[in-house]
Amino acid sequence: MLHRFANPTRFLRLSAALLPWTAGLTLILLIAGLFLALFGSPADYQQGETVRIMYVHVPAAWMALFCYSCMAGASAVGLIWKHPLADMAAKATAPIGTCFTFLALVTGSLWGKPMWGAWWVWDARLTSVLILFFLYLGYMALHNAFDDPTRGARSAAILALVGFVNVPIIKFSVDWWNTLHQPSSVVKAGGPAIHPSMLTPLLLMGLAFTTYYLWVLLLRLRAEIVAGKVRAVRLRRAHG
Amino acid sequence: MDPITSFFHMGGYGAYVWPSFVITLVVLGALFANSLSFLRAGETALKELQDEDVATEDEASDEA
Repeated sequence: MLHRFANPTRFLRLSAALLPWTAGLTLILLIAGLFLALFGSPADYQQGETVRIMYVHVPAAWMALFCYSCMAGASAVGLIWKHPLADMAAKATAPIGTCFTFLALVTGSLWGKPMWGAWWVWDARLTSVLILFFLYLGYMALHNAFDDPTRGARSAAILALVGFVNVPIIKFSVDWWNTLHQPSSVVKAGGPAIHPSMLTPLLLMGLAFTTYYLWVLLLRLRAEIVAGKVRAVRLRRAHG
Repeated sequence: MDPITSFFHMGGYGAYVWPSFVITLVVLGALFANSLSFLRAGETALKELQDEDVATEDEASDEA
């Protein structure tokens, strides 16, 4: 099953069919999510209108972790089965995850200033997310640090797997340590502690970011495959 | 305050709420544009290489 779709030529055909769907879904979900986030949801009784920052901050943070998990999973597949498409998927995910992590940090800062009185505090949640951001940057730098792309992919994959230990640390940081950051209110025992009028736009934005990830991932994967072909033709000429 | 002004005012927190949304859309838009130009650049380079291949094959067949 995996190998059926893991063939680059077949992938190019499949992704061409999926691209318009991911694009359309992203735009529809994003418009609906933004509309509910800005017009269709109430202000928070404690945090006032700043609670609207949640609708971009929380999905961005979810995606930062989700992208890293995908990158580590694809890296593992690439390392174990030496599948070129898995390495490409990990490489293509890295810049997307970096952007989501950056957004989680910046929007968190913009939310922290009015609510905590500080742009930044060195607490467990914020610091572990900053480390995640540096892991993404390190992954991309390592991938490009070798003349031989397969060695770059191998080294970067090992970094991605070692760095995966940070993912549960981020998730549970709010329970393990005393932090200024509030604990989860959506994924928790006993169901979400958040009213449907706020949960709906939050989930819509989360879905929109997920389909955005798929959309841009497909684009970047196609770009990686094409770049690989260009490299192969040039190499053949240099040696032929 | 009229409804539009109060919407942009965001209960006094407009300076924090609006930049969050604007930065998110700008970053996601820029990443999309970057990915698209990455793909287009590769496709252009590949096409040029293939055209050169066709040209050299034509020359080779002319010489033969």
